[in-house]
Amino acid sequence: MSELYHVSSSPHVRAKDTTSRIMLYVIIALLPTSIFGIVNFGYKAAVLILVSVASCIASEWIFNLIVHKKNTVSDLSAVVTGLLLALNLPASLPWWEAVIGSVFAIVIVKMMFGGLGQNFMNPALGARCFLLIAFAADMTNFTVDGYSGATPLALIREQGVGAVNTMNMLIGKTAGTIGETSAIAILIGAMFLILMGVITLRIPGTYIITFVVFISLFGGHGFDIDYIVAELCGGGLMLGAFFMATDYVTSPITPKGQILYGILLGILTGLFRIFGANAEGVSFAIILSNLLVPMIERITIPKAFGQVKEAKQHE
Amino acid sequence: MNKYLERVYNGLIKENPTFVLMLGMCPTLAVTTSAMNALGMGLSTTVVLIFSNLLISLFRKAIPNGVRMPAYIVIVASLVTIVEFIMKAYTPALAKQLGVYIPLIVVNCIILGRAESYASKNPPVLSILDGVGMGLGFTFGLTCIGIVREILGAGQLFGFQILSLKWYTPINIFVMAPGAFLVLAFLVALMSIVRQKMEAKGKPLAEPAGCISGDCAGCSMSATCSEKEKKAADAEEKSE
Repeated sequence: MSELYHVSSSPHVRAKDTTSRIMLYVIIALLPTSIFGIVNFGYKAAVLILVSVASCIASEWIFNLIVHKKNTVSDLSAVVTGLLLALNLPASLPWWEAVIGSVFAIVIVKMMFGGLGQNFMNPALGARCFLLIAFAADMTNFTVDGYSGATPLALIREQGVGAVNTMNMLIGKTAGTIGETSAIAILIGAMFLILMGVITLRIPGTYIITFVVFISLFGGHGFDIDYIVAELCGGGLMLGAFFMATDYVTSPITPKGQILYGILLGILTGLFRIFGANAEGVSFAIILSNLLVPMIERITIPKAFGQVKEAKQHE
Repeated sequence: MNKYLERVYNGLIKENPTFVLMLGMCPTLAVTTSAMNALGMGLSTTVVLIFSNLLISLFRKAIPNGVRMPAYIVIVASLVTIVEFIMKAYTPALAKQLGVYIPLIVVNCIILGRAESYASKNPPVLSILDGVGMGLGFTFGLTCIGIVREILGAGQLFGFQILSLKWYTPINIFVMAPGAFLVLAFLVALMSIVRQKMEAKGKPLAEPAGCISGDCAGCSMSATCSEKEKKAADAEEKSE
């Protein structure tokens, strides 16, 4: 038989997108934020990023080895998880706590539920919340330029909007986790992801709009531009909205569902920030919404082409 | 192994209430913050279990079937009250730590479960040993969880600092509620691995040594029992 005739079933035309390609785009998009974090917080941030990425890859590799599964390290998702986790940690965190977080993210949140595509919540955020409860003191000790200080969000909560410099918050010269401080660096990465078609604005857009509406209504400052910009750039909202809420595995795939999910995120974040015990609420809002995704998808399944609603029976 | 020892072995290993039957999860998750609390809870439950099994077994022919649940509850509640008073008198610190979970032993499903499925159908001596086995199994399960949580969460074992705080940062989450679920899940998984290994070696743990209750519907082992089909066939024959 000639080799010219390939007999195969459809589909015959395939997109070039693969998991590792999309993950590579996400890594590239996270580079500005990571570089800015290293510049802002010094070598400790670089060490944390390297340690998290390395331990995420190692734990995925070792887990696959132990359970005799095909190795999945090459899809780069472990790298993304490690990078996102590190960006969610304060630079002064001891490195071994980052290792515990990485192992928790990969082994418990991701691999035990079946690996990439099966995890019920964002591994990086699951691990961040685990660390936040496990090592509360280390996780909320933010140091910038050698002295520790409160994050802008905590300052706003305690002393009002006047206590923070909104311009500094846009650039990122404030206390916070490695990756969350610079809104501009995050937006550059987000632009890249949107241009490459990796994410759409549906989730981050509705998330941010809902959040702005919510804090204008309940924040106690009315529609005050300074307050809104400070709340948007402070804390993990930008990083969460563009990089973690849009995670393919843990966000709805239906368009209507994505909008619903964004609205839910905005309301939850607002609730946690304004009425909660902590100044920050993005990570808890996202993992809580992650858990609701299957339900959101169930009620927003689009109608198939040509499908009609069953007519009501006349009695 | 005679049938008396078999009861104890059954409760401790084969039908361990915490790791196999998954009974009494409320105290399992709530009071295992330290090994001492877990041990105290386990032992007080064991005492109640032994005496409730004994009493219910003695009265098993006197209690009418229709009101057996209220009767069991009265017996168990009286015993729990006695245990609570004794603990308050002699171990006030532990009683304070366990708090509301001591009165809640009344509704512990292990106690009612053993009363219903074993003590109400078997003679007193066997019932006592069943109580001993189940109680020690529960104590064993709770203490395992308590030890892991205390070491990880505080670096202590039975209140003694075994991991120096100079180099060990306690992982607080393990003495909080989420830690209980994590540790329980991992220990249950570990027990399942051991059981699978034993079954692969030809020493299955899940197989009952003989039919205990004679009533498949109420038997906890009915899912894995090899005699179940035979019994069902017998029952059908009879009805025909």
